[in-house]
Amino acid sequence: MSDAAITPSGHDRAGPSFWEGLKTNRNFLGFWFMLPAAAFLVLFLVYPLGLGVWLSFTDSKIGNPGDFIGLENYEWIIGDAKFQLAVFNTLFYTFVASVVKFAVGLYLAILLNNHLPFKAMIRAVVLIPFIVPTVLSAIAFWWIFDPQFSVISWALRKWGWISGNIDFLGDPWNARISVIFANVWRGVPFIAITLLAGLQTVSPSLYEAATLDGASKWQMFRYVTYPILTPIIAVVMTFSVLFTFTDFQLIKVLTNGGPAGTTELMATMSYNTAILGGRIGEGAAISTAMIPFLLGAIMISWFGLQKRKWQQGSDND
Amino acid sequence: MASVTIREVRKAFGPVEIIHGVNIDIEDGEFVILVGPSGCGKSTLLRMLAGLENITSGEISIGNRVVNQVPPKERDIAMVFQNYALYPHMSVADNMAFSMKLRGAPQSEITERVDKAARILGLTQLLDRYPRQLSGGQRQRVAMGRAIVRDPQVFLFDEPLSNLDAKLRVQMRTEIKELHQRLKTTTVYVTHDQIEAMTMADKIVVMHDGIVEQIGAPLDLYDNPDNLFVAGFIGSPAMNFIKGRIEGGEFVADGGFRLPVGKAPAGAEGRPVIYGLRPEHIRIEAGGVPTEVVVVEPTGSETQVVLRVGGQEIVAVFKERLTARPGETLAISPSLAVAHLFDADTGRRLVA
Ligand SMILES: Nc1ncnc2c1ncn2[C@@H]1O[C@H](COP(=O)(O)OP(=O)(O)O)[C@@H](O)[C@H]1O
Ligand SMILES: [Mg+2]
Repeated sequence: MSDAAITPSGHDRAGPSFWEGLKTNRNFLGFWFMLPAAAFLVLFLVYPLGLGVWLSFTDSKIGNPGDFIGLENYEWIIGDAKFQLAVFNTLFYTFVASVVKFAVGLYLAILLNNHLPFKAMIRAVVLIPFIVPTVLSAIAFWWIFDPQFSVISWALRKWGWISGNIDFLGDPWNARISVIFANVWRGVPFIAITLLAGLQTVSPSLYEAATLDGASKWQMFRYVTYPILTPIIAVVMTFSVLFTFTDFQLIKVLTNGGPAGTTELMATMSYNTAILGGRIGEGAAISTAMIPFLLGAIMISWFGLQKRKWQQGSDND
Repeated sequence: MASVTIREVRKAFGPVEIIHGVNIDIEDGEFVILVGPSGCGKSTLLRMLAGLENITSGEISIGNRVVNQVPPKERDIAMVFQNYALYPHMSVADNMAFSMKLRGAPQSEITERVDKAARILGLTQLLDRYPRQLSGGQRQRVAMGRAIVRDPQVFLFDEPLSNLDAKLRVQMRTEIKELHQRLKTTTVYVTHDQIEAMTMADKIVVMHDGIVEQIGAPLDLYDNPDNLFVAGFIGSPAMNFIKGRIEGGEFVADGGFRLPVGKAPAGAEGRPVIYGLRPEHIRIEAGGVPTEVVVVEPTGSETQVVLRVGGQEIVAVFKERLTARPGETLAISPSLAVAHLFDADTGRRLVA
């Protein structure tokens, strides 16, 4: 502001004053500063998303741009039993995996929040599944679940618990549970470490106060830790649900949707239909159909994330 | 209400012993303040009393029951933490009611006790608020309310006022003292602030580096400090210490000047001693020791003056307003009949 005031007004009165005004206009400047980021977002997010939605209304095939056909793709996939199964699989996969990840992650976080020997090392170990590239861990699980060479079958046979190898990925329910297991293994570190960070913000004196108030360990968790942690739980579970719902790599490598479509998720089905099957319009409709589910999940957590009354106000003493 | 006895209590964290055998007797209904510089082990001792730290050796009893192995919730104590430790997600009422709810007390009793505590502390209007919506002083009161509701045998306070501004601190000091006079519950209060200790306590325990230096009534400690540490810790501004010897029943400072000692301690003749002179026990006297005025600091009610004598600076506080300017000479003499004399080697007080 001040430099506008001291600008010499000797020459060209009209021109500079408009330009100077713009130069110090916060909205104008803000717009300019945002432009690069906005351009990236439009180019890499809005455009593909819009293109996907547009394609879902066409009969585009590979090598054929296709024509607008309205809701025909949607009418077709809704009646398709394979699509219905994929929706069920996706919801089941997301629900079970998220619940288990939350339970295991919270348990691990509480465990790691205690005084343990080699604490730093254990925390690092917990993060490993998160660091390993998904495809790599999927391949490892592929071996673990192999019908002939599975280490689990081998161990159980050694102990004499089973006589024949378990068909992990060949049987529908075995396959569903196996891929969920792999997803949980991969997803737990993110939840555990985030919740651990949340736990560490809880002042130790609160636990001491609760101890003096006569709370048992369980009551301390139920009435002190958990309520204070809810905002972080809401954030981390939103992300977890979104990631799980859109999961692709693990399934693609482990089962590719098999056996007989029992582990096919909406994401893998969309890919298989559009890219492998060449029916781009139909595949786009399948992936566009994920959007309402994702929006629903975001809405739920948005309400869960709203500042609770006790979070408002100042923290400083 | 109950008495508290601390016997030969020691505390070690790993190999480091930080409390070296402490003995304190606290009578039923007494307001005892543990005071000492930061890091001397006051909080640790209080937390052992609360059961938040275990006792390495020695014995702590509350009301004739040895509590070394008793879990905190069965000790019948309530503690107010320095940072208040209010549950942020609970309203003021819920914070105060939490212990009773856990105990499964009937709702009518909970409401009655919470309301009573809220009335005592003037929190009635704030019962539905959350801790974040309160000021520091209000949070402090809620923390006390949480303790009062439990109606414990002993109240424990760990530096409850150190997060408040100076004015509020003075006000809360009075409130806590009033509260004690009203409830008459045995109270152990930890602070590093000797003024808090002097103004509030029935009995002060001065701690230093994990030992008890002296126990006594506030004025007792002020008048008869056992050693140099207590003498220097109690009183503000702090006592002046002047090094010297006793010669011919008089104190001869290393700086050359002489001060009267009243009755000289037996066998002190010729020994190196330290002469303790409180700033408020210095008066201006024509025939006294001549000193040079260094700084004059009027506070309105009194005048604090830094004087230089015999190569040493001493602080004096005068009730009267002083016109002396830096560089001028002021003749002073001690106004106490009997001087505080300490052995220069051991720091112990020499008694006449
Ligand atoms: N949990 C602990 N582990 C190791 N040392 C500790 C622990 N708690 C306190 N101490 C040490 O004990 C000494 C006394 O601490 P504390 O009782 O908090 O002092 P105060 O309350 O008098 O300031 C300090 O030197 C502190 O570093
Ligand atoms: Mg302390």
